[in-house]
Amino acid sequence: MTKNLRVKSSEYIDETNRISFKFNGKTYHGFKGDTLASALLANDVHLVGRSFKYHRPRGIMTSGSEEPNAIVQVNPGTNRTEPNVRATEVEIYEGLEASSQNCWPSVEFDIGGINNFLSPFFPAGFYYKTFMWPASFWEKYEFFIRHSAGLGKSPTTTDPDIYDHRNVHCDVLVVGAGISGIMAAKNAAKNNFKTLLVEEKNELGGSTIYENNEFNKIDNKAPSEWLKKEIEELKNIKNLEIKTRTSVAAYHQYNYLLARENLTDHLEAKDKTNKIRQRLLKIRAKKVILATGALERPLIFNNNDRPGIMLSSAIKKYSEFYGVACGSKNVFFTNNDSAYESAISLYNKGINVEAIIDIREQSESKIVKKVKEAGIKIYWSHSIVDTTGYKRLNSISIMKLSNDGTSVTGSKISISCDCLGVAGGWTPAVHLYTQSGSKLKFDEEKKVFLPNHNTSEQISVGSCGGDFKIDEIIKNLNQKLKDTLNINETDLDSIKVEIDQENSKRNIWLLPSDKPIGKTKPFVDYQNDATAKDIKLALREGFRSIEHVKRYTTTGMGTDQGKLGNMHALGIIADTAGVKMGELGTTTFRPPYTPLTFGTIVGRNVGKFFDVFRRTPMNDWHVENKAEFENVGQWKRAWYYPINGETMHQAVQRESKAARESAGILDASTLGKIDIQGSDASEFLNRVYTNAWSKLAIGKCRYGLMLNEDGMVYDDGVTTRLGENHYIMTTTTGGAANVLGKLEDYLQTEWPELDVYLTSVTDHYATTSLCGPNSKKILKKIIPDLDLSDENFPHMSFKESKIGNIQCRIMRISFTGEHSYEINVQASYGKDLWQKCIEAGKEFNITPYGTETMHLLRAEKGFIIVGQDTDGTMTPIDLQMDWIVSKKKYDFIGKRSLYRSDTMREDRKQLVGLLTDDPNIVLEEGAQIVSELNQSPVEMLGHVTSSYFSPNLKKSIALAVVRGGKDMMGKKLFVPMENKNINVTVANPVFYDEKNERLNA
Amino acid sequence: MFLINCPYCGERDQQEFKAGGEAHIERPKQPTELSDDEWAEYLFMRKNIKGVQFERWNHAHGCRKWFNMVRDTSNDEIKAIYKMGEKPPSQ
Ligand SMILES: [Zn+2]
Repeated sequence: MTKNLRVKSSEYIDETNRISFKFNGKTYHGFKGDTLASALLANDVHLVGRSFKYHRPRGIMTSGSEEPNAIVQVNPGTNRTEPNVRATEVEIYEGLEASSQNCWPSVEFDIGGINNFLSPFFPAGFYYKTFMWPASFWEKYEFFIRHSAGLGKSPTTTDPDIYDHRNVHCDVLVVGAGISGIMAAKNAAKNNFKTLLVEEKNELGGSTIYENNEFNKIDNKAPSEWLKKEIEELKNIKNLEIKTRTSVAAYHQYNYLLARENLTDHLEAKDKTNKIRQRLLKIRAKKVILATGALERPLIFNNNDRPGIMLSSAIKKYSEFYGVACGSKNVFFTNNDSAYESAISLYNKGINVEAIIDIREQSESKIVKKVKEAGIKIYWSHSIVDTTGYKRLNSISIMKLSNDGTSVTGSKISISCDCLGVAGGWTPAVHLYTQSGSKLKFDEEKKVFLPNHNTSEQISVGSCGGDFKIDEIIKNLNQKLKDTLNINETDLDSIKVEIDQENSKRNIWLLPSDKPIGKTKPFVDYQNDATAKDIKLALREGFRSIEHVKRYTTTGMGTDQGKLGNMHALGIIADTAGVKMGELGTTTFRPPYTPLTFGTIVGRNVGKFFDVFRRTPMNDWHVENKAEFENVGQWKRAWYYPINGETMHQAVQRESKAARESAGILDASTLGKIDIQGSDASEFLNRVYTNAWSKLAIGKCRYGLMLNEDGMVYDDGVTTRLGENHYIMTTTTGGAANVLGKLEDYLQTEWPELDVYLTSVTDHYATTSLCGPNSKKILKKIIPDLDLSDENFPHMSFKESKIGNIQCRIMRISFTGEHSYEINVQASYGKDLWQKCIEAGKEFNITPYGTETMHLLRAEKGFIIVGQDTDGTMTPIDLQMDWIVSKKKYDFIGKRSLYRSDTMREDRKQLVGLLTDDPNIVLEEGAQIVSELNQSPVEMLGHVTSSYFSPNLKKSIALAVVRGGKDMMGKKLFVPMENKNINVTVANPVFYDEKNERLNA
Repeated sequence: MFLINCPYCGERDQQEFKAGGEAHIERPKQPTELSDDEWAEYLFMRKNIKGVQFERWNHAHGCRKWFNMVRDTSNDEIKAIYKMGEKPPSQ
């Protein structure tokens, strides 16, 4: 049976537009304008979820983005599903489906609910204390916890929606369109400031738009009537842009804010397609006006979390704005006048209010008198000590409060009710303010944190700035606007406000019960199930810092970041520890204010556009020839070229043999290339490489090793002298950008006197590497006029030539140990040259090879790969490359560090070769190396850095770094693996052609 | 996200820049003359101040120029920007 709790019609609900939607599989009806929460409440559905730890039934608590309980999965099982959505923010549309989270098998019967009865065993820090030992069990615990907790489900299929980013620049950004935000935006725009007003809800006007309290008047009108007129006027103002359904997620320094604009979430599926769903606005504002309002606080008492217990202000909004009665027997529990406004609102709509429980002694305001006249019973100086009703509140018990507020006395009175509105005062929404880096100050009298020290051009107006009464709001807003916008008059100057609002309030952070604290359940953080008891336990166990208590109890660590309960947590800590709240400080509010979808964050940068990637000019050929690719930095490099269903191993073995036996061809275009010019170019190279460069003749190439200032190998490559003052440097593929950056750094900051100019030309040239004993014959076919004799074109030299009309630079250099050439042409001719080489090489069975074979071939020669055989802790001496470190040069980058006591240690890890005793066993790269087997713990001597099966040597080879390895030649070591220990022998890292005879073969 | 006023290009978003650590640490002219401790002082020791700090920045995705910045690390206020080789402003 469902009840219809829709009361008098509301102008914000379109009752002619009936909408059906499903919640937990059941069909309900609401109207255009409803949120999922208001529509469910209108159908008398309060129970919407289960709590995270104890799986207690929970209901809708609020009417806004601060909602801790009513967290739902929207459109479950579809590609548009989204978890952790607040039912209070979902606008309903035809066909909407939503379901509860945290419940299995259903919200009505929940297996995890047993945790509630076991709760004495789930104290604060339970997870830390229980699941951290033994450490190896964590995986199993984690599975159990994740399975039973279930924080909603991520979509498993591709997101069909489009997301967007936009940069926005404005003079004034106003956040929040309540009365303060609207008046601020209006006056800023009228004074020619380019103004943007953003509001997270669909409607403008905040809580004032349904403020019909007869005792408050603006210009002799009800505040709601007055504000509607103001909103109407906004339409005619130039310079003003208004974005609703737009929530500011983050406020960074320099008035840089990120906001999410929601464009299609409120539309039916058929209207969502081909539209941008959400747009991330990256806003740079000269001035920011925060008008984010205030959040009502609950009260912390025993069993304060049952479905049917809501914020008093939410009950008022559901009644006034959505025309929904949240209960048929309503009670309020308060420490201030706000609950009376809610009670009168219900009373005026004919909704039954049974009683108001007020912890104050009394209040004399007109609204209180009006409540009395309405015949609503008020219990002064009383507190709720318990509530009953498992899936829905059905009664409360109250007792008289002692004078000091720490205990209750007298007899217990039970009041039957189905809805309880709690009003614990108001907390300024200062989340964005603190995100900006600005500092708060605690107001001990008002018991709130207020903006204190602004670090950017910003003001906080209205209740987020600490003004709660309309007259104060208008007056202070007026002054702040004049100051910050530097204007003399505003629309607010002539406004007349009459109000009856009292600030009288009695603040008790934790309300007493007749039961001791250990036997009660006063929830502070609803979403994470942290109670006052947990906080007190944390303090007893020695936690003092608010940040530590927060983490230990998980208070404030849910998706709502504890928007409702953080103040109470602070208050309880302060009271228990006997300190002032101001001295405790507050926890840090972090972005995002409300959760963002991944789509919003990445915008258009999805799929292929997620990251940039670079392709060489020969890429199409590699694709046509079925190459497998690997990512090297941002490059897509041909990895190997399998034919006839070869495995990677088979392909690499074939390619490697071919390159040594006849001819191989490699696309080396990705190597970094830096053009170096200037009269001091040689001196510059002297300073950045470990070896000497002054005497390198024009037309010659030299291998260079570059260190960091700490002496560790940074990059390597061949540099060629093209002219007197002109070099071309090659770097590793992955290091190109960093090397250029590093060289620029030295040139600009340490050696500005050097006449040197650096230009990255990596993308300007395509590089084809021809290698193998027949490479010379192939090149000869392509460039018949070039004298390729060793006399004219020896190893480590360079020729400029032409292939047909194409200018090319040819270096006779080798990374494989074979006779080889690197031919560079303008990038646009790269594929053409490559195809010419393939064509000319056909008679020699020229074999294209990829990066894997390149790695294997160089490993056979013991050539290092920076970043694979080095890791930022290897000096050239460690690599046994002493030969490349000039003893004569006075200085070069990193030289001094090679003589530090630490870098001169004999027992540093050094690069060696490893041969497995069984030549068929290939070691795993990264495997650990030890010298003892039957010892525990055993010292790790080093690890394998490169390992392959060499088809040319017909055995397994490896490079490794081993502590003191230099002096271990021939020593037997072990590589212990999961199932076996592998016997290895330390060897010379040059496995193949030790005398370099093949270079001239 | 700061807005950084590159002395060569003007105001740009922080994303275009790379931070380069403490400024005004000169590379020793004669490293070989230094003791291990003196070299380590140059090589490793950097201040990490809460407050006004002199830093190097590079307009990495712009003009590639290095420059100096005076920044209050406690609130990220940029107090001054000046070119390499120029004298730091007096505090
Ligand atoms: Zn620049």
